[in-house]
This record gives sequence, structure tokens and C-alpha cells, in this order.
Amino acid sequence: MVMAASETKFHVLAVDDTLIDRKLIEKLLKTSSYQVTAVDSGTKALEFLGLNNNDHHDVEVNLIITDYCMPGMTGYDLLRKIKESSSFKDIPVVTMSSDNIPSRINRCLEDGAEEFFLKPVQLSDVNKLRPHLMKRRTQTNVNKRKAMDEIVSPDRTRARYNELEVK
Amino acid sequence: MDLVQLQRQLVDYRTSLYHEGFLDEQFTQLQSLQDENNPDFVVEVVSLFFEDSERLLNELSKALEQQVIDFKRMDAQVHQLKGSSSSIGAHRVQKLCIVFRNYCEAQNVEGCLKCLQQVKHEYGIIKTKLESMFQLEQQILNAGGSIPV
Repeated sequence: MVMAASETKFHVLAVDDTLIDRKLIEKLLKTSSYQVTAVDSGTKALEFLGLNNNDHHDVEVNLIITDYCMPGMTGYDLLRKIKESSSFKDIPVVTMSSDNIPSRINRCLEDGAEEFFLKPVQLSDVNKLRPHLMKRRTQTNVNKRKAMDEIVSPDRTRARYNELEVK
Repeated sequence: MDLVQLQRQLVDYRTSLYHEGFLDEQFTQLQSLQDENNPDFVVEVVSLFFEDSERLLNELSKALEQQVIDFKRMDAQVHQLKGSSSSIGAHRVQKLCIVFRNYCEAQNVEGCLKCLQQVKHEYGIIKTKLESMFQLEQQILNAGGSIPV
């Protein structure tokens, strides 16, 4: 069975305590055809993901982009919480900051951030997100296909492929 | 003034803002994000900048009037101001905020007071200039023209 690539838009969760920057990042992401949810704190981000409760969550987030300097939970704290969570550790996380502090940048990248953007974020930065999202989607599809192959017996699989019209 | 003259005036005015270092390429980025779906995007973001700045400048003034000055809190506020000015391309304000933060870190009251005055001054200028620019744009739209890129 051929797995078609999903046609749905990627869903990005943006986290920034500043209204201006939230508005900006949301516009940049929407211009790049992403579905966007913007929240103003790490706590709200975790709530949105459903990390704080044990209920099943329906929301699917494909990438999290977060400001570093935020009151309460910093972007780094949020990054760590995501990467330590069994349910969400595979969601790519990108951090951003208006301060160019190499030690900060390195720490985020070493602890699991895919990218670190310096603010103000540009469209060219947002363009760098797509490979991280495509890689995850392809990986997910490959995993699903492998899982399906394991369920179906080899003989039946062969018969199925013979019936297929490969376009 | 006819439409063509208005449009020319706008282009000249905008160009001068860049040449004189009031605005940087981030402002151009903002304009490029504006489209039919969001025709007021630039004005909305700049309005947020005005609100934010006025609030922060007030708080900074008050902070410097206190008996005991909370430099750490002031630094956080200047950081915010630096961030928002950088996000809209208000170049001179942003640059002054960097200097201001250095004075906060050094806990230099005189330096902070001087910087605050300078930031207020530059903020006043960029606010007036951007408002003038938006007014020109509105005049062009009212005359049935389109805003030149």
C-alpha cells in the first residue's frame, strides 16, 4: 500500500512573551503556509501540548519555536521539558533570542534545539524550518509503513504490490 | 498636491529615513509581510511598538526616581525596549538601548539618566516620522492611488 504524503499544513507552536514578536512570528509562519498557534509562555505551551495532564490530547504539533528570554519558564527550560518528555521529545524545537550569546546558543543546540535564530527573525530563517519538518514527516511515514509490513504477511504484501498502479 | 507628487514625496521621505539611520532593513521586512490579507499589518505592529515604548519609558523614568534603584529590573525593561525597537527596525532607538543596558549593568545612575533622555528623544523623533509617513500613505490611498514599494 502506498502511503501518500499528508496534504495537511504543518502546525507550528510559537512561544513568545512579547506581543510584537508573537505577531511577527505568526505572520512569518503563516506567510510560509504553516498553521500557527501562538502562546505567551512556556507553561501555556505545555498546557497546549497536553503535557500537564494525562488526558489524551488531540492536538498535533509538528514544530515548536520559542523565545529564550521569558519570565518564569525560559525557552531553555521549555526545550528541556519537551526533550525529557516521552510523548514529545521527537518534536523539533527551535529557539530564538535577541541577544547574541554564544554560550547560550551552544547550550540550546547541544541540548536538543534544531536551530537557534537571532531576532528579529527573518523569512530566510523560517525557510530553514521546512527540512526539519519534512524529515520528521518522512520518518513517520517510513515507520508507519514498516509497522504495516510487519502486520501483513509477506505473501499478501507481494500480491498487494502486484495489484498496485504505481504512478 | 496631486497623486504622483504625493507618491514621490512618500518615496523620498521613506528613503531619507533609511539614509539617516532612523530605520533599518527590518522595517522593509515588515512591509514585505503586509498583503491583501493583512493590509494594516505595518501600522498594527508599529502601534504596538508605540504602546510598548511609552509604557517602558514611563517605567524607566519612575525607576530612576526611586531612592533605591532596581538596576536589574531596569535592565530587563531596556531589554524589552531593545527587542521591540529591533523588531520594527527602529535603528537609533535600538542602538541607544544597547548603551543603556551597559550603564544598567555598571549600575551607573548618571549614565542611565543620560541614556533615558536620549532614548526618549529618539523615540519621539521616530514616532513623529512614522506617523507622518502613515499620514502620507493614507493621503495617497484616499486619492485613489497605491502605495509605491
